[in-house]
Amino acid sequence: MFGLTIEQIAFIFRGAGWTIVLSLLGFVGGTLLGLPVALARASRRRSLKIVSGLFVQLVQGIPLPVIMFVVYFGISIGGYDVPALVAAGIAMTLYSSAYLGEIWRGCIQAVPKTQWEAGECLALTNTQRFVFVILPQALRMAVPPTVGFLVQIVKNTSYAVVIGFFDLTYSAKVINNSTFMPFTVFTIAALIYFAICFPMSVMARRFERRLNRT
Amino acid sequence: MNIAATTPRATEIQSMTRSDTPLVRFHGVRKSFGELEVLKGIDLEVASGEVVALIGRSGSGKSTALRCVNGLERINAGELTVCGRALHGGKVDLRDLRQDVGIVFQSYNLFPHLTVEQNVTLAPRKVHKIGAAEARDLAEQVLAQVGLSEKAKNYPEQLSGGQQQRVAIARSLAMRPKLILFDEVTSALDPELTGEVLRVIAKLAAEGMTMMLVTHEMAFARSVADQVVFMHQGRIWESGKGDMLDDPQTPELRQFVGNGL
Ligand SMILES: Nc1ncnc2c1ncn2[C@@H]1O[C@H](COP(=O)(O)OP(=O)(O)OP(=O)(O)O)[C@@H](O)[C@H]1O
Ligand SMILES: [Mg+2]
Repeated sequence: MFGLTIEQIAFIFRGAGWTIVLSLLGFVGGTLLGLPVALARASRRRSLKIVSGLFVQLVQGIPLPVIMFVVYFGISIGGYDVPALVAAGIAMTLYSSAYLGEIWRGCIQAVPKTQWEAGECLALTNTQRFVFVILPQALRMAVPPTVGFLVQIVKNTSYAVVIGFFDLTYSAKVINNSTFMPFTVFTIAALIYFAICFPMSVMARRFERRLNRT
Repeated sequence: MNIAATTPRATEIQSMTRSDTPLVRFHGVRKSFGELEVLKGIDLEVASGEVVALIGRSGSGKSTALRCVNGLERINAGELTVCGRALHGGKVDLRDLRQDVGIVFQSYNLFPHLTVEQNVTLAPRKVHKIGAAEARDLAEQVLAQVGLSEKAKNYPEQLSGGQQQRVAIARSLAMRPKLILFDEVTSALDPELTGEVLRVIAKLAAEGMTMMLVTHEMAFARSVADQVVFMHQGRIWESGKGDMLDDPQTPELRQFVGNGL
């Protein structure tokens, strides 16, 4: 097929599998860390705001491949030999949490002030008000941009190739090295990336339209 | 906790406290936003069971006065006592205060992601910790009070403005407050819907609920309020029974009533 053997194509798809694994890691980790980041950014406590703001600025100010290097070699300096998957997973977690945190902070702050006030006037505690009044409304708004950001996560996992992580980009590179058919090989890789990302973009747009309708 | 048992009905409150201190007492209350002094020494008493209408031009400080009563704004000077709690000086337990003082806003501020029934019962369930069955009964009861029993399962966006505002009133009632504040609750409604909301408020008044309401509906203020308070430039310019509107003592009120009617 396209001048490649079935085994070679299967090899590329194995890489695609690891791309999905790393994307999931990045998303789950990014969610777990991004939620507290969003809460801290939106909170009234100055110290929390400053610390979380610094974190976001720092992560957003460093190119992702450099974060990958820093995490990978940083851990090995400590004398631990970590698999590239772990290092890449941590790097993707840091990266996604900074962006997801900002997206979600925006959603929390987009809930009208009058809703906060209504909750306050009903004698709800701050936590009750946040959990039962603000968060459900913020979550609804958060769905489209979050799904949209998933696409960024998937595409950006390709940077893990710099620390030798076996993903779609890496497997394509390997096959290219043995077949010398870069155009064919990377076109296949491109199509697979597209096949993963396109449905998510469509979904994000559909969610957004549904949200705008109501 | 059974709220019916712990919170007396409005009529009982009336007989209990009528002779005692007023439910709300402003004494020389001042409030500034930065340089701008919005309340310049307000003296006002609201007895239990009484309906007080605040009228006046835009910017005269009506909303600010109302918002001070449930602690949304903190006063800068003077004394303000609400349901036995001093809101001047030391620390005030605002959550405690707000279980006694409800407020209804011009823009309803219902929770859009919750059904009517959930809107009404959220606070009683979380604050008073009542159970599911009790919450259902409570919702049924307060929604009947505002004539919206059949809308319990609807979402706010499926209701007209007047219906939404009545749900907001029911939501306040569900906390069994001793006092409800209304801030221009019909200003966003067209005349037809204004009528249905005013009828609900008038009914509550007749049942003995204590209320302070900011309103532009002069006819309503005259007929329902026990006390009408005309505010002008941060002061109480004139106050009295509803019929004071027929015979203004100050040129400011005369002009205001002249424009308003
Ligand atoms: N949070 C605030 N910060 C600064 N200024 C405020 C604030 N709230 C009210 N003001 C100002 O205080 C003055 C009185 O406002 P208030 O809302 O009490 O008037 P009002 O009598 O309710 O008027 P309206 O009929 O327009 O609602 C206005 O000049 C207003 O701009
Ligand atoms: Mg006002």
